[in-house]
Amino acid sequence: MSLISLKKVTKRFEVKNDTILAVDQVDFTVEEGEIFGIVGYSGAGKSTLLRLLNGLEETTEGRLTVNQQEIAHLKAKELRQFRKDIGMIFQHFNLLWSRTVLENIMLPLELAKVPADKRCERAEELLHLVGLDGRGSAYPGQLSGGQKQRVGIARALANHPKILLCDEATSALDPQTTDEVLQLLKQINQDLGVTIVLITHEMHVIRKICHKVAVMEEGKIVEQGNVMEVFSHPKEEVTKRFVQQETFPEVVEENTLDYFSKNYTQGKIAQLTFRGEKSKHPILSQVIKEFDVDISVIQGQIQEINHSSFGTLIVELTGEEEEIRAALNKFILEGVGVEVVGDE
Amino acid sequence: MNNKGIKATYFDFSNLDAEKFKTATQETLMMTIVSMVFVIVLGLLLGLILYSLAKSNKKSSSFFYSVVSILSNIFRSIPFIILILLLIPFTKALLGTFLGAKAAIPALVISATPFYARLVEIAFREVDEGVLEAADGMGASKLEIVWKILLAESRPALISGITVTTITMIGFTAMAGAVGGGGLGQLAYYQGYMQGDLTTTLFATILILVIVFIIQWIGDLLVTRVDKR
Ligand SMILES: Nc1ncnc2c1ncn2[C@@H]1O[C@H](COP(=O)(O)OP(=O)(O)OP(=O)(O)O)[C@@H](O)[C@H]1O
Ligand SMILES: [Mg+2]
Repeated sequence: MSLISLKKVTKRFEVKNDTILAVDQVDFTVEEGEIFGIVGYSGAGKSTLLRLLNGLEETTEGRLTVNQQEIAHLKAKELRQFRKDIGMIFQHFNLLWSRTVLENIMLPLELAKVPADKRCERAEELLHLVGLDGRGSAYPGQLSGGQKQRVGIARALANHPKILLCDEATSALDPQTTDEVLQLLKQINQDLGVTIVLITHEMHVIRKICHKVAVMEEGKIVEQGNVMEVFSHPKEEVTKRFVQQETFPEVVEENTLDYFSKNYTQGKIAQLTFRGEKSKHPILSQVIKEFDVDISVIQGQIQEINHSSFGTLIVELTGEEEEIRAALNKFILEGVGVEVVGDE
Repeated sequence: MNNKGIKATYFDFSNLDAEKFKTATQETLMMTIVSMVFVIVLGLLLGLILYSLAKSNKKSSSFFYSVVSILSNIFRSIPFIILILLLIPFTKALLGTFLGAKAAIPALVISATPFYARLVEIAFREVDEGVLEAADGMGASKLEIVWKILLAESRPALISGITVTTITMIGFTAMAGAVGGGGLGQLAYYQGYMQGDLTTTLFATILILVIVFIIQWIGDLLVTRVDKR
């Protein structure tokens, strides 16, 4: 039997004289040991769907069973007990600032009435698991975002849960830290066998760690399946948009490049591709300063996300042959993709 | 009155009675401390009730919230000097007298509790919604949420609320003194104003200021100590 199973699950919110359909007839199952990703744009109903899984929201219609228990049938006290077997982490970490890291991790243990000496022991163990040895007496206010999320993860795992729910757990982190946290989640899934359900608006997160993916739009799951399948043959419009967000758009066609090289005869035409990995400083101006070249942008599309640039630029470089070559080399060293027009 | 006359009225030390100041200070402190104990306990309870009613989405809650809120606003708004007069029969029934430091306590508690309760409600509202969600997700009961989350996470605001309320309370004790409530207020009023001994009034004022500053200083110190944000 599946660990989590939803059959035609619907959630409506009644607000004033209006009804909001946040989750609309959703069906899916999550097997034990899986990492299941739900991707969708803001307002799609992802958080609501996730909150249904540990009973923070009540289903309006449909059947929802988790760990062989039908949540709708649980009484208040049973529901609280049931939640102790499910960990949850959040976009904004939601740690108690008034408690130290160690005390934060011990909170769920206190709630589960674990004896004091065992609590401390377990918390230290978790601290080690998430790679924060020695930071136990720090306060959350003294930690970086990535470290805070590690504390969040440690806290969520305190009571040996079978399931970990992640609500945009990496959305407040920079790309580098995101990858580290994702790596940690993957490790937890593999080593401890914890089933993970995560929601995100970044396809990147799905590609990095998920086995299965469901695409959500306006409360409905419009497409779901194996990550590789959904990625290689997206059917729905939303899915295609998400997939595009991941693979960088080749904004420039081959023949337009040829067109540029015929019309800009002064210098060399090159296409620079920024993938956000290394480009934390303004490389363009740095190259202009360092080498005796002029660079003019002909066409391009660049996005700044968390201090990193993503996108493509077509530039014309003018100057001595050697300087141009050195400048292009510099770009390559900085991790920028370089393609020179006319160079075969 | 010429300058010398003013100087003589304010700085005529012949009538200063150290013993009287000592008792008066003790009375003021006693009134303040005893009343504050009640105010903190009752204010936390009332504040918690207001907070819970405002948060609950039951239909009846918003009605009860309005009732409690209006009542507490009324008691907060009655000028203290009038409240103390209004309460004379009540105080008499409760304590057998309406004179003296002890008799001022019911009025002090009744007027300061709604004030502190409002500060408590605001303090609780400022607790991060996400942290409450996290606690819910961990299976915390309502009582555990109050105890382990609300009270812990709002500590700086609760303490600075106590500081503000205590200082207001000192002002109230002085007023209570003027209608026979004892303490530095009574000393300043009877000895000073009624008997024309403004030196005593001046000294009582200085003592009250010193007490207020000390309370403020302790309060600020505690807030910086517990605030780890
Ligand atoms: N408690 C609530 N009361 C009323 N409406 C709500 C409530 N919670 C969510 N909604 C509504 O349900 C819809 C889905 O919200 P939800 O937070 O699940 O979206 P989301 O996909 O998580 O978006 P985001 O990426 O912005 O977090 C929204 O229209 C929202 O306004
Ligand atoms: Mg959300």
